[in-house]
Amino acid sequence: MAIEARNVTKRFGDFLALDDVSISVESGSLTGLLGPSGSGKSTLLRVIAGLETPDTGEVFISGKEATAVAPQKRGVGFVFQHYAPFTHMTVWDNIAFGLSIRRRPKEEIHARVTELLELVQLNGLGKRYPSQLSGGQRQRMALARALAAEPELLLLDEPFGALDARVRKELREWLLRLHDEMHVTTIFVTHDQEEALEVADNVVVMNAGRVEQVAPPRELYDHPANPFVMSFVGPVNRLGEAWVRPHDIEITHEPNGVAQEAQVERIVRLGFEVRVDLVRDDGERLHVQLTRNEAEVLELAPSDIVYVRTRVERTFSENGEPTRPAPSSVS
Amino acid sequence: MTARRGIRAFSLGYLAIILVAPVGLIFWRAFEHGIHPFWAAISNANAVHALKLTLEITAIVVPLNTAFGILCALAIVRHRIPGMGFVNALVDLPLALSPVVVGLALYLLYGRDGWFGHWLLGHGVQVLFALPSMVLATTFVSLPFVVREVVPVLREIGIQQEEAAATLGASAFTTFRRITLPAIRWAVSYGVVLTTARSVGEFGAVSIVSGGIAGRTQTLTQYVQASYENFDQTGAYAASVLLAMLAITTLLLMTVVKRGDRSS
Repeated sequence: MAIEARNVTKRFGDFLALDDVSISVESGSLTGLLGPSGSGKSTLLRVIAGLETPDTGEVFISGKEATAVAPQKRGVGFVFQHYAPFTHMTVWDNIAFGLSIRRRPKEEIHARVTELLELVQLNGLGKRYPSQLSGGQRQRMALARALAAEPELLLLDEPFGALDARVRKELREWLLRLHDEMHVTTIFVTHDQEEALEVADNVVVMNAGRVEQVAPPRELYDHPANPFVMSFVGPVNRLGEAWVRPHDIEITHEPNGVAQEAQVERIVRLGFEVRVDLVRDDGERLHVQLTRNEAEVLELAPSDIVYVRTRVERTFSENGEPTRPAPSSVS
Repeated sequence: MTARRGIRAFSLGYLAIILVAPVGLIFWRAFEHGIHPFWAAISNANAVHALKLTLEITAIVVPLNTAFGILCALAIVRHRIPGMGFVNALVDLPLALSPVVVGLALYLLYGRDGWFGHWLLGHGVQVLFALPSMVLATTFVSLPFVVREVVPVLREIGIQQEEAAATLGASAFTTFRRITLPAIRWAVSYGVVLTTARSVGEFGAVSIVSGGIAGRTQTLTQYVQASYENFDQTGAYAASVLLAMLAITTLLLMTVVKRGDRSS
């Protein structure tokens, strides 16, 4: 086990940022901390880095108790949300910082920085200042800086949060490749469920300072532990006691006994995906996701009357535990 | 358009009457009879001593207040020490308090019967009417400048760069030297220039504690006053020109600093 947090609690004044949080992260894994803002995910990351001291609880790094160890001595690389570039230093000096304060030989620093510039695709930009880089370049510089001293653990706080959609996607894929090559234990914080599901091999879902569920992406999506996780990791319809994903709703033109009547309100075509908003005859609204082909076969138009039934729905008991998922109808 | 021209005319006129006329007059009077009387006046032993003393005091006060100013700003902005809000307000006191009051307070504290003066004199340390009291007075009045320049810059740069340095393995001192100090260097320079200007020009507090003995405890500002009172007008004007030139040099330095600030 590379990282373990045990019963960590942290308050900022009256605000309970972490409420008895325990997680463990396997060596070499890529873990996502997912949650809405204020859920405590960044605070947990900062506690692991040693930038915050927990009020109670312990942190173990590589099996050693590290709760009171200074951030300087934890062997972590940290990439800040806004990258925290050293603004008065060149890209080269930024990346070399961790090595130069360790008084490594000049040739070694030169070789390592050259290698890292290559790795993060910033060759030839070493003499620039951070203010002369684009957001994505600054992000990669911050990553190279964090990796320079070969940390055992790489921590990224909302690494792609401030970038535009296209650059985000590129960097996500690039981070995955990098992780495959380097195998450094990595934890990243995100509020974007798609990002967490795409990049992480294990996701920790947090809410209001607590861990809601820890699971691999697929299990998280298919077997959410409670209504919060169900609604946070993907879009969801609430039908009385049941929770249904938009792609688990089937639309037909003919009633076949078990389906309910609904009226098409709006159709949004997003390339491969088609979103259909419906109003059921009891006034309940439904969001349905269809593939383009399904939608073409159905030939839907606004104000059409159609019939819907759910393929899979989930129910949770009062204390949030999932009750056994069952198909709503026998087919 | 007319409004803009009006504003410009007003501000230039105001500057001309309040600033340029008096300073210009000083220069004119000092050089009225050529360079010779001017040179004679400022190469007079007492004038030279006064200039040296002023520079000496400045050379002690500026490093002191620079070091204090940086530490104090760090304490106010970076560390949540209880009572720092009070310190933050207290730092401004010298700006609000008349230098005469400062001088009087030091006089009472370090005088023969003062709290500190009694003990210090008993141990053979002469504070009043000597360099120490003049340094104390000047330090007091020029205290806020570095703090006031550095605090907002420290707030603006935030702690992320410092945290990043820490996670990269830098000790607190290394972080200060390699990250914080370079980030605040222009604010510090600006504060140093203001502190220097204030120290060179200080009159009120120093004139109370120094005794103003010619050739011994007389600063350049006091020399101007003494010359004027002794009807040595050329001497007064010449020393004033010297002060003005020190001030102009400082202002030029400030311009250089500002330019550096903009280019960074």
